Amino acid sequence: MIQTLTYYLSFSFIQYALIAGLLISLCASLLGVTLVLKRYSMIGDGLSHVAFGAMSVAAVCSLAPMAVTLPVTILAAVILLGMSSNGKIKGDAAIAMISVGALAIGYLLMNVFTVSSNVSGDVCTTLFGSTSILTLTKNDIILCSVLAAVVILVFILFYHKIFAVTFDENFANATGTNTKLYNNLIAVVTAVVIVLAMNLVGALLVSALIIFPALTAMRIFKSFKSVILGAAVISVTCTLIGLLIAILYGTPVGSTIVIADIVVFGIFSVIGKIKNR
Amino acid sequence: MALIECKNLTLGYEGKPIVSGLDFKVSEGDYLYIIGENGSGKSTLMKALLGHKCVLGGEIIFDKSLSRKEIGYLPQQTVIQRDFPASVKEIVYSGCLNGCGLKPFYSAAQKKHAKEVMAKLGLTELENRCYRELSGGQQQRVLLARALCATKKLLILDEPVAGLDPVVTRNFYQLIEEINKDGITVIMVSHDMNAATEYASHFLHICHTPSFYGTKHDYLCCDVCRVFNAGGDEK
Repeated sequence: MIQTLTYYLSFSFIQYALIAGLLISLCASLLGVTLVLKRYSMIGDGLSHVAFGAMSVAAVCSLAPMAVTLPVTILAAVILLGMSSNGKIKGDAAIAMISVGALAIGYLLMNVFTVSSNVSGDVCTTLFGSTSILTLTKNDIILCSVLAAVVILVFILFYHKIFAVTFDENFANATGTNTKLYNNLIAVVTAVVIVLAMNLVGALLVSALIIFPALTAMRIFKSFKSVILGAAVISVTCTLIGLLIAILYGTPVGSTIVIADIVVFGIFSVIGKIKNR
Repeated sequence: MALIECKNLTLGYEGKPIVSGLDFKVSEGDYLYIIGENGSGKSTLMKALLGHKCVLGGEIIFDKSLSRKEIGYLPQQTVIQRDFPASVKEIVYSGCLNGCGLKPFYSAAQKKHAKEVMAKLGLTELENRCYRELSGGQQQRVLLARALCATKKLLILDEPVAGLDPVVTRNFYQLIEEINKDGITVIMVSHDMNAATEYASHFLHICHTPSFYGTKHDYLCCDVCRVFNAGGDEK
């Protein structure tokens, strides 16, 4: 088995996939803690559907997928996070509305303006990721790494502000923190992470990458810092395990990673229960 | 010297006034109670003091020595906080954020100040504990410590004893009284008349228009107070 593994690992596209996968899952887990605690768990799901819609538009117009998906998703994220605080349509309803709307538009476009011969195959690939992570080029990896580095840097520089805005927006606002600015920052970063993560696990499974590590870490860890660090480690480990299994046994990348996340969540839940007894 | 002065203030949302004609001054060292029925505009007044955009007319004048960023605020607890994984230390430190500006991390001086505040409120032993595992009274003390890290002058409290048992409530009031005696001005929004008459130095009773503003002694003798205490029976 080790031999097969080293054989596979000698391919550059596999190395690329590993680097991108680990960076993306690290970003997703950092952000996930904030999103879960702010009760925005569903936002990942909603935004990934928007990204799917944007991607089909890009495919139909034969544009570069990133160039369309990224701005559209960022816009949707800012609108959604803004809405949940003071809109007439409440946050969860807005997310549901936008996400199914974008899904319908995306699928319709892909069907009506067929670019390839295998529409259902294309749709399935975009939704569940299948093998797209293994087809990334060197340029994709560079873009991925740069974006991931930016996300991590933003997170470190604004760590205390993000904590304050997550824990108590009223207080932060009252004491002069620009909560609107930081909420928008969180929205933009969320959008970037989701667009990146779509390459790895596909649109439908993006949420898993965001919420599972955070929830898993919260079973055991009790301070914000330890939850964040824990989530990061858990996320990277699960993605690594998932990717290696997928490479070795030819299973779909996205669902294998998510299943690794589920298993670790189960283990941590049990440990948490025992510890708290 | 007046720390905050409100002149003919009208507050409301989307052009609809909720409370109007507010004229009062808060001086350094005061302990002001804002009293009124639900929906009378207490919370709106507090939000206005904290810088929300609900001033429709008149003005709020802050003394030069008081920046709006330096108001310590103890909000009501939110649902999010009840199961939030954060240590006491992390929460208290977050009160120092308004002194950070663009700096990404807390300075050593800020941490030292936060430690002193925690020691004063008896939180030092709890500093690494998880917030959600504390009792209601302890949680409230943590939030008070955070507010004290944010200010050296003015503390605004929003129904701080809601849901606390009588013993804890009493301790909490005594703590506030000590803080007030240390020279920090306190503005408290509350329904608790018993505590109000015991601790407050000034009262503001509002019911869409201010029904009363003055010192404790005058307030206790006036009609507004008697009617409110009797649950509105004497109307």
